[in-house]
Amino acid sequence: MHRTKVTVVEEALDANNTIASANRMDFDRAGVTVINFMSAPGAGKTTLLERVVSSLPGVRVGVLEGDVQGSLDADRLAGLHIPVVQLNTDSGFGGECHLDANMVRSAIPALPLEEIDLLIVENVGNLVCPAEFRIGEDARVMVTAVTEGEDKPLKYPLMFRACELVLVNKIDLLPHLDFDLDSLLYNIDQVHPDVERMLVSSRTGEGIDAWREWLLRLAVRDQVAA
Amino acid sequence: MHELALSSAIVATVERHAAGRRVTLVTLRIGRLRQVVPATLEFYFEFVARGSVCEGARLELELLEARLHCNPCGTEWSIDVPAFRCPSCGDGDVAVVGGNELQVESIEVEEAECIAPK
Repeated sequence: MHRTKVTVVEEALDANNTIASANRMDFDRAGVTVINFMSAPGAGKTTLLERVVSSLPGVRVGVLEGDVQGSLDADRLAGLHIPVVQLNTDSGFGGECHLDANMVRSAIPALPLEEIDLLIVENVGNLVCPAEFRIGEDARVMVTAVTEGEDKPLKYPLMFRACELVLVNKIDLLPHLDFDLDSLLYNIDQVHPDVERMLVSSRTGEGIDAWREWLLRLAVRDQVAA
Repeated sequence: MHELALSSAIVATVERHAAGRRVTLVTLRIGRLRQVVPATLEFYFEFVARGSVCEGARLELELLEARLHCNPCGTEWSIDVPAFRCPSCGDGDVAVVGGNELQVESIEVEEAECIAPK
């Protein structure tokens, strides 16, 4: 036996990106705009979707719901009479903490793409791994709740840098918290200068119109480009 | 925690290049923006590699600094904290020119000796 060096020079995530590109082509062909929707667990992703998915005029929304286990969120959204497909990551060892391009690819046959203009992929709640794996999306949106602390952009810069929109949720709680909103916004700007951000509250509806209009603009932008 | 998912991606990449040969060393180039903890990556790699051609392989990590380039004023600099605005002009239109790498640079594999016929 002897040892040989083999030059590789390959990005380890290239395989995922190749599958993501294939997904993107399938979505483009079907005329579907795709959003990768991410946050920590409990930041309010599902509720923020509930607030808008039934009130986007002319845009038919579908949701791909990623969870380690169960269909609690999918059941909530299915009550709004939109197509919802559940994707559980609980295979392999213990359940993946994120969706990757291959998992999304496996769900494509179950998605009624011809009945959807805007597909929102609700990723597994996690601020780390989902930022690494593209799934074939047109845009990435994250939610950070004011209950999570001002320092989160500095601790999870990959996630905050990966997104083109940051929703700052639960702002109705600000009067009850020792939370410095300016400090959070400053930290977001340090990590991802000039990223678009919105202050929202699912509970009071504050900022929800702006979130809805952002989704509408994205869906229309994609239709014009196609 | 993402080191587990990254280890799986690394093992899959190595397997494609190893062509069935046993791997003894994997050399990686990892950018600092990846926020990889080397000891955690080694821990998960050893775990994920079990039962593959990478089982027992050593990991060698080269950490690469995060280099930024300001598009408006051309300043280039390195960061070790996540502050991405240009220190010279304050602009936010900044490109990452280094630090996002997660690259399998090379591997070392075992080859059977070639025995010349008598």
